[in-house]
Amino acid sequence: MAKKLIGDPIDRIDGTQKVTGSARYSADVKRPGLVHGVLVMSTVANGTIQTLDTTETLRLPGILAVMSHTNAPKLGGMDKNKSGETASDRVLHVFQDNLVHYNNQPIAMVIADTFEQAVEGASLVRVTYATEPVKPGLPTSTDKPLTPPRLPRVDDQVDTTRGDVKKGMAGAASTLEATYKTPTQFHNALEPHAVLSFWEGDKLTMYTTTQGISGYQKRVAELFGMPKENVRVITQYLGGGFGSKGTTFSQAMLGPMAAKLVGKPVKLVLKREHMFGMVGSRSATVQTMNVGATADGQLTAMTHDTLAQTSAFDEFMEPAGTITRMLYACPNLATTHKFIKANVGSTSPMRAPGEAPGVFALECAIDEMADKLKIDPLQFRLKNYAEEDPHRNRPFSSKSLRECYQQGADQFGWSKRAKQPRATRDGNYLVGMGMATTVYPVNRGESTAMVRLNTDGTVRLETGTQDLGTGTFTIMNQLAAEVLGLSPDQVTLGAGDSKYPEAVGSGGSRTTVTTGSAVTQAAQEVLKKAKKMAYSDKKSPLYAVAEAEIEAKNGRLESKSDPKKGESFTSLLKRNGNKPIEATTLSKSGAEKETHSMSAFGAIFVEVRVDEALGEVRISRMLGNIAAGKIVNAKTAKSQILGGMVWGVSMALHEYAALDTRNARIMNPNLAEYHVPVNADIRDIDAIFIDEADETVNPAGVKGIGEIGIVGTVSAIANAIYHATGKRHYDLPITVEKLIG
Amino acid sequence: MKSFDYVQASQPADALRLIGAAPSSRFIAGGTNLVDLIKYEVENPGTLVDISQLPLTKIEKTATGIRIGALARNSDVAANKLIASQFPLLSEALLAGASPQLRNMATMGGNLLQRTRCNYFYDPSQPCNKRAPGSGCGAIGGYNRIHAILGASPQCIATNPSDMNVALSALDAVVQISGPNGNRSVPVIDFHRLPGDTPQKDSVLEPDELIVAIDLPTPKNAGKSHYLKVRDRASYAFAIISVAARLAVDGGVIREARLALGGVAHKPWRLVAVENQLIGKPATDATFQAAARQLLAGAQPHEHNAFKIKLAQSAIVRALQTVA
Ligand SMILES: Cc1cc2nc3c(=O)[nH]c(=O)nc-3n(C[C@H](O)[C@H](O)[C@H](O)COP(=O)(O)OP(=O)(O)OC[C@H]3O[C@@H](n4cnc5c(N)ncnc54)[C@H](O)[C@@H]3O)c2cc1C
Ligand code: SF4
Repeated sequence: MAKKLIGDPIDRIDGTQKVTGSARYSADVKRPGLVHGVLVMSTVANGTIQTLDTTETLRLPGILAVMSHTNAPKLGGMDKNKSGETASDRVLHVFQDNLVHYNNQPIAMVIADTFEQAVEGASLVRVTYATEPVKPGLPTSTDKPLTPPRLPRVDDQVDTTRGDVKKGMAGAASTLEATYKTPTQFHNALEPHAVLSFWEGDKLTMYTTTQGISGYQKRVAELFGMPKENVRVITQYLGGGFGSKGTTFSQAMLGPMAAKLVGKPVKLVLKREHMFGMVGSRSATVQTMNVGATADGQLTAMTHDTLAQTSAFDEFMEPAGTITRMLYACPNLATTHKFIKANVGSTSPMRAPGEAPGVFALECAIDEMADKLKIDPLQFRLKNYAEEDPHRNRPFSSKSLRECYQQGADQFGWSKRAKQPRATRDGNYLVGMGMATTVYPVNRGESTAMVRLNTDGTVRLETGTQDLGTGTFTIMNQLAAEVLGLSPDQVTLGAGDSKYPEAVGSGGSRTTVTTGSAVTQAAQEVLKKAKKMAYSDKKSPLYAVAEAEIEAKNGRLESKSDPKKGESFTSLLKRNGNKPIEATTLSKSGAEKETHSMSAFGAIFVEVRVDEALGEVRISRMLGNIAAGKIVNAKTAKSQILGGMVWGVSMALHEYAALDTRNARIMNPNLAEYHVPVNADIRDIDAIFIDEADETVNPAGVKGIGEIGIVGTVSAIANAIYHATGKRHYDLPITVEKLIG
Repeated sequence: MKSFDYVQASQPADALRLIGAAPSSRFIAGGTNLVDLIKYEVENPGTLVDISQLPLTKIEKTATGIRIGALARNSDVAANKLIASQFPLLSEALLAGASPQLRNMATMGGNLLQRTRCNYFYDPSQPCNKRAPGSGCGAIGGYNRIHAILGASPQCIATNPSDMNVALSALDAVVQISGPNGNRSVPVIDFHRLPGDTPQKDSVLEPDELIVAIDLPTPKNAGKSHYLKVRDRASYAFAIISVAARLAVDGGVIREARLALGGVAHKPWRLVAVENQLIGKPATDATFQAAARQLLAGAQPHEHNAFKIKLAQSAIVRALQTVA
């Protein structure tokens, strides 16, 4: 097979398994003696369980147990069941008490020989409650806003100020205040959360759905109060997660607890309606923006105040204000974060947590200010372009946003945009164009990878990463192959299992940045050893050649200036004891974290058509221009951006949890009623990467691309709708009732 | 979901016998609605009588129009040449509904009887007079964006979710029914009910009766027709508002008119008096707006659905403009 280059649009290594159905997702795994668990959920939002009557259930054939607070195994690590330092450690509901904190909280599990028996059994559990008044979430909450102890990323301050906002506002020729509302949303990955658990003595094995195998293993072990070596976590395939599988939620404990209780392997698969509460949500927000600018379009001051909701028992804060701190060169700026407590399931990271709702507010306010000043919105952004990170006062490791704006505008035909809103009509449709900046920080954690160059010239790569469905497994092989001058199909991968070296969770667009760097570094170390072997070996054609002069190409080491001078890895290894060369590398941030600011940037352009009489909006064109360092695989990377943009459409136009405020129950917990876009909603969509070489950012030279697609799309759509209709929308999603003229 | 028995009928007479044999039996046709209702524990049948194999799938010409068998699939009916040429309104409405996969399974009888999408009806933990008579109505005072603005009662404000039913209503279709006591015909306009004090009854069909066919009478003056559906996304969403409009215009004057509204009431909303008033009027926006106002007269909004009044009027005007 021809050598594939880094960046090539190569197919996923698991593509065939997935389209032929031979891929075994966690819910597909079988095990001898397997029994089934089905959850019983609370139907009140606040109170205590008074009685939990299982008489009718236990009368059915096949029922093994009903696990609840009355009989659930006690957990040794319950003191750790509290709001953690990291976004992925949340407070779980694992039947250790009779408290109910939100509607649709798991309160019992029926375990039976067959799934059908467990389903029927669950429907017959009768529960009575002593209820307390319900605290609804935003926007109805009247609770006192509190300052959260921290934001999910430890480096982010909760509140910030720079310069003098009052003075900046006073010096503005034009000011603007606007309040933006975003609703509670649920992740709704296609694949339900599933966990098959079995114990062998005190050793636990779990086939599960997690975005973070290593974190999951640690959290489960910690809550059971046992060493993490006793827990094995396997996730071979994932059907999406969007954050809801990044946090280790209650089912991760309830599954193995049930397996312990009945002494058999237990499979627990959540129903769709169970995924509206217990596996996290994006908090609703109410955000107030104040913007001041001079008449010629220089920002003088900005404030961004975020109010979010968190559950009655936890402290997760949606960090909506962090991008405002760094996106524009604005001298005077303040951001705050507060939350109210409500009877809702844990709020948690979801599809660009913070950035997606926050940049919606920011980029709509910027658009509105440009309009007020009668400056083209793109020009206004260029006038306030931040050459350095104004929040951290550091240079960017790289920033190609100007190029993204330029190329996007050219390609999209931005210059043809009417100066006035509500100026373009086509039959029953008003047509408008909008744009927004999109951005996502480079988040790097810690990962370890093992690379082994085999004597037959192939490579074995092992790292405990997981593949959300994004193509991670494919590109890890590409990264290793690139360093060693091989074709990716000469690399085999061991991953998706905690038996492999520990790797970072796939959230915050971290995976390629972190684990990709570990793979790159481990491969580099192997290469260094191989080179040394060659130049130290008198029998090698490369004997005494300088290390820097040797490169790896096509399975060979050869001299750069004289490629004929060289030899294959196989012959080199054969002569040198016929043993593989191996390296295991722990990779984490270095000095660049203190010296540079690192983010991916881009520009999103959108054209909409609005039929005001019928309240219908259709997105006729969307273009994303993204600069995100090295692009490892053009095909999987493009899919990431397109997918993110589709989620932007979803957030702008479709998604919301329909809440009954009387009992804080979600009334649209299914995919017929909780809308995400379908094919017909997405017409002409494209994403283009701008070349960007960045040697500072990390050894792999990459920036995360998992979330940047959604961030700017939401506001670009809202801005396009304004341009079409002359009406601003501050409240998501922008549905029929808000659009009818 | 509870365990249930399953039997299959091969002839309509078997089906009637089997449905009468055990209490709490239900016919199952395509199953696209009933299976969901069973999973959500809204319906808890003891026995399912499978009627999907009954020989009632033909679409044939009759002396007065076309007869469609009750078990004909929605996708087959939509694609049928006779239907597409003589009753394009029905094809349009069918194709505006659900997804291709669902339409391949869904039958005409099943579509006629599909149940409301009311959020509370689907959630057995919540009060609902339709699901559990006497338990109250969760939607009143709750989340009621998709609910009725016309013809509702203090017991129930649910809407009929079907696209097809709206078109059938505007087409003067007639439902052919077989029961233990013989056959009867009911015009679609009288087939579905308003909720009143018995919201548990969606239609006049008795539990032991079988729908065997739907008749479409050839209109005197077919004119032009259009099915307009307003929904939250471009496809695969129930109507927020829909309009089935049929108009025969001659020299700028309306000769025949049919106008049915979906998404506003417990049944497709048709006011024959309003249609009759259109006869002889000029086919102008002013006429359409007046008709729209009359059709929505007396509309009663709830907390989340007040927008439907204006939206329905705009949709009526747009649909009539399209067929004028
Ligand atoms: C996700 C989703 C989206 C949808 N979107 C739309 C939409 O946009 N527009 C729309 O109009 N519909 C929509 N539908 C509904 C769909 O059209 C109906 O589910 C379908 O028409 C029902 O037909 P069926 O044959 O499957 O009925 P079944 O589910 O088999 O039966 C429904 C009911 O009818 C009874 N029944 C069936 N046939 C007979 C008969 N011959 N005689 C007496 N009783 C009978 C059954 O006992 C049952 O009570 C959607 C459905 C789903 C699941
Ligand atoms: S509107 Fe009708 S179907 Fe809905 S909850 Fe009320 S009674 Fe039930």
